[in-house]
Amino acid sequence: MGLNIEENQKLIDDILEAYPKKARKDREKHFQVASEKAIDCGTCAVKSNIKSRPGVMTPRGCAYAGSKGVVWGPIKDMVHISHGPVGCGQYSWGSRRNFANGTLGIDNFTAMQITSDFQETDIVFGGDKKLAVIMREITEMFPLAKGISVQSECPVGLIGDDIEAVSKKMSKELDMPIVPVRCEGFRGVSQSLGHHIANDAIRDFVMGRAELAETGPYDVNIIGDYNIGGDAWASRILLEEMGLRVIAQWSGDGSLNELEVAHKAKLNLIHCHRSMNYMVDHMEKAYGIPWLEYNFFGPTKTYESLRAIAALFDATIQENCEQMIAKYKPVMDAVINKYRPRLENKTVMLMIGGLRSRHTIGAYEDLGMDIVASGYEFAHKDDYEKMLPMLEEGTIVMDDPTAYELEELTKRMNIDLVGSGVKEKYVYHKMGVPFRQMHSWDYSGPYHGFDGFKVFAKDMDMTVNSPVWELVSRKSKIQAEEASI
Amino acid sequence: MSKDELNIKDNTSLFKEERYVQQRENKKQFEAPCSEQETAEALAYSKSAEYMEKNFNRQNVVINPHKACQPLGSVMAALGFEKTLPFVHGSQGCNAYFRSHLSRHFKEPTPSVSTSMTEDAAVFGGMNNLIDGLENSVALYKPEMVAICTTCMAEVIGDDLNSFIGNARIKGVISEEYPVAYCNTPSFVGSHITGYDAMIKGIISYLYTRSGIESKPGSGAESGEKLNVLLGFEPYTGNFAEMRKILGAFDTQYTLLGDHSGNYDSPATGEYEYYYGGTKLEDVPQAANALGTLSLQKYTLKKTQEYISGTWNQQITALSTPLGIKGTDKLLEAVSELTGLPVPASLSEERGRVVDALMDSHPYLHGKRVALVGDPDLLIGLIGFCLETGMEPVHIICSNGDVDYNEVKFKDEAEALLASSPYGSEAAVHVGKDLWHMRSLLLNDSVDLAIGSSHLKFAAKDAEVPLVRIGFPIFDRHHMHRYPIIGYQGTLNLLSLIVNTILQQLDDNNSGFNFELVR
Repeated sequence: MGLNIEENQKLIDDILEAYPKKARKDREKHFQVASEKAIDCGTCAVKSNIKSRPGVMTPRGCAYAGSKGVVWGPIKDMVHISHGPVGCGQYSWGSRRNFANGTLGIDNFTAMQITSDFQETDIVFGGDKKLAVIMREITEMFPLAKGISVQSECPVGLIGDDIEAVSKKMSKELDMPIVPVRCEGFRGVSQSLGHHIANDAIRDFVMGRAELAETGPYDVNIIGDYNIGGDAWASRILLEEMGLRVIAQWSGDGSLNELEVAHKAKLNLIHCHRSMNYMVDHMEKAYGIPWLEYNFFGPTKTYESLRAIAALFDATIQENCEQMIAKYKPVMDAVINKYRPRLENKTVMLMIGGLRSRHTIGAYEDLGMDIVASGYEFAHKDDYEKMLPMLEEGTIVMDDPTAYELEELTKRMNIDLVGSGVKEKYVYHKMGVPFRQMHSWDYSGPYHGFDGFKVFAKDMDMTVNSPVWELVSRKSKIQAEEASI
Repeated sequence: MSKDELNIKDNTSLFKEERYVQQRENKKQFEAPCSEQETAEALAYSKSAEYMEKNFNRQNVVINPHKACQPLGSVMAALGFEKTLPFVHGSQGCNAYFRSHLSRHFKEPTPSVSTSMTEDAAVFGGMNNLIDGLENSVALYKPEMVAICTTCMAEVIGDDLNSFIGNARIKGVISEEYPVAYCNTPSFVGSHITGYDAMIKGIISYLYTRSGIESKPGSGAESGEKLNVLLGFEPYTGNFAEMRKILGAFDTQYTLLGDHSGNYDSPATGEYEYYYGGTKLEDVPQAANALGTLSLQKYTLKKTQEYISGTWNQQITALSTPLGIKGTDKLLEAVSELTGLPVPASLSEERGRVVDALMDSHPYLHGKRVALVGDPDLLIGLIGFCLETGMEPVHIICSNGDVDYNEVKFKDEAEALLASSPYGSEAAVHVGKDLWHMRSLLLNDSVDLAIGSSHLKFAAKDAEVPLVRIGFPIFDRHHMHRYPIIGYQGTLNLLSLIVNTILQQLDDNNSGFNFELVR
């Protein structure tokens, strides 16, 4: 592939020249070029999980987005109050595609926006009384709701409303779990703290509150799958086919009862380690439940993961696992045979949220594609430590890259496909660079598991090889410039 | 192997497969779901009159409101000015949401930065964030002006933008001359339209004041007298083009105050530019000398209009969104009156063609009961359009309708308009209500057609009413914003959307014998 460590380091240095001194010094710490040394020792110098610079176009969101948008919002049979002004709930309404079975507004409240719609008087006098009334009204409007969560927006923390006291009182009155979540947007530096806060609230208010009728040796949980485009379903079907019993799915298509019985599992299987590692750590300590991070993107990683999971069980499961792999491998090979020739050696730049910048690498490689740059919006040190060994030497690793940096990298590297979010998507359309929205699968999916890889492969081919890019001169211009250097 | 041989199914069909149906059933044992009977009863109850009464009696919980918050409108307003960077002072998550929300509607990038305030800024204030933010954003994105709005966080802690910007100048981060406009946009007051207004007023008053020009209405620019035109919080880039066409036909000079159409309708050329036009900054102070101002969203632009008629001492004609024939007639009369120019023949001809089209289609529209949702000015336009075609507005919901202009409340104007026609006799205007109220209305008093944004699709589906997507946001249909809905051409577009939805419904609901070739 010929990625040059020094060349790429120079490229980064050149790009960062545009920043004022203070910001440049900060941004330098957020880049690293994968070298043998860094890969071997598994350490990572990339600074992460620290504040974004003001005035740059960071891709990051806030703690509320991490809690309501990611962790709590998909719990389908609870009502999640966006507590504060109208905007946060409005913007996070239905945009993350957390598929869930059930009837919307009756026993499923995922794609709804339920808010206290703070007005000036609420800011001045506090929203406590109003919050109690809202909870009563929710039980009137949604008699089948199993519980309520209060997702705090910025002003709630600033004016000092005691949502904990209201929740406690109303939980008794209404005889259902009511969970206060202190996920005000100004807390922390990104969505990431919101995930942690949301996890702590699950731990403190719902975990261990219910029992299973019967437990079994094969009981497992799916942790950290948000069922974007049905991902969790495409994953669950493999685990069940292998003979495991999935007793809880967190949190895509999840229910309150699944949160409450998950402590009865024998093993936690975690997909998005970034957003729910707090949970599996806690369950390991409190209930002795071991956990395993797995990756169901692309057949190679899926086989590896399935075998690693099976290895923790008995011979029956292991045999089932091998049979299952034998069954699906020909289909996966056929998918690869069809699409790999069209995608071989195409270069990919990824900038996604928590796990996908790392977990999807294997799926691209199955299709013969090369990752030349990969970065996270809100990862921590451990994410980079896990990602580095997966990369070729010379690959650019970037943390919280700004819009400016991504655009410059795209202009100066020979990028065939960019995978990122909706804020970035249309910029690349202007630039004539193939783009796939990898937060919500660009309204396609699922991408997990064997069923998902078929869709992934088809979508990547469709994107990279669409004739529409030929209509823009930029792509050929970038390549011509590259060739002439 | 072809796609079919590989049997690639995505989420539209995959989960209908029997193995996934079984999975769904199996999962229920861990969900502790309500019984099918309970769910069916709750569903039936939610559709009942008893439920509707309770629904309308709730005081505090808001369910599926049809409004966004102030700074979203401010970001859109800032993008209406040339080389202007929207700058959001507060928590960065808000800015991420504004950018996503606007991009999902327009399918276009939304450049905007934030000061990324966190806990320490909550305690000590966001001044350092603002100063650093100005330095970084000006260096990176090279705007010719920065336009700052606040979020609820900055408002609650009481950050003083004026002094912060002053301190940024003292520190030399930006020069004394560098233009930085700002406005306060607390998210707990008003809605996106309030924020739009605040930023337009913020920018034009700032650029005017710093120019030192003294307003002399009617003295115009060197090239002659000009008209100021404001479209407002405008989710249709096509409406800007239509307005240009109309003003061009009049052959009048004009300045659009706030034109974000370039930013939201930019070409794919291989280069991303960041700034695609907008009102020229130098034109803004000159606008104070215009002979008058035409505003197309009077409820939205309340403060801006007050400023222009007050400080600039200009004649203002403030209309609501000019939809339909009569709405467009009013627009042309207003232009004619402000400029003294006659209505051009080309527009009269166009009017005739569209009236002809309305005549062709009226049998399919007449007596159709319609539900409407939208922002106040859009709703006034839509009500007018319905009434002149013989459609009967029945349920009208305006979540952000608690607004007035010249002491006339939106609700009163809407009701007076409805009372002016027999086709409006069944209508009720609900201000401050949400789409969960609309669901009850649709289920208890059925209509033939719903008109509103994508957010209305849930209630429309529950009530099995076809939805025509008009307004903001439209997330689930492509390119709707490129087609104007104002003016005569816009009226034709509205008509086509509506009548063809009704014709599709006729085909969908055919009884076998009336699946007809000619309609």
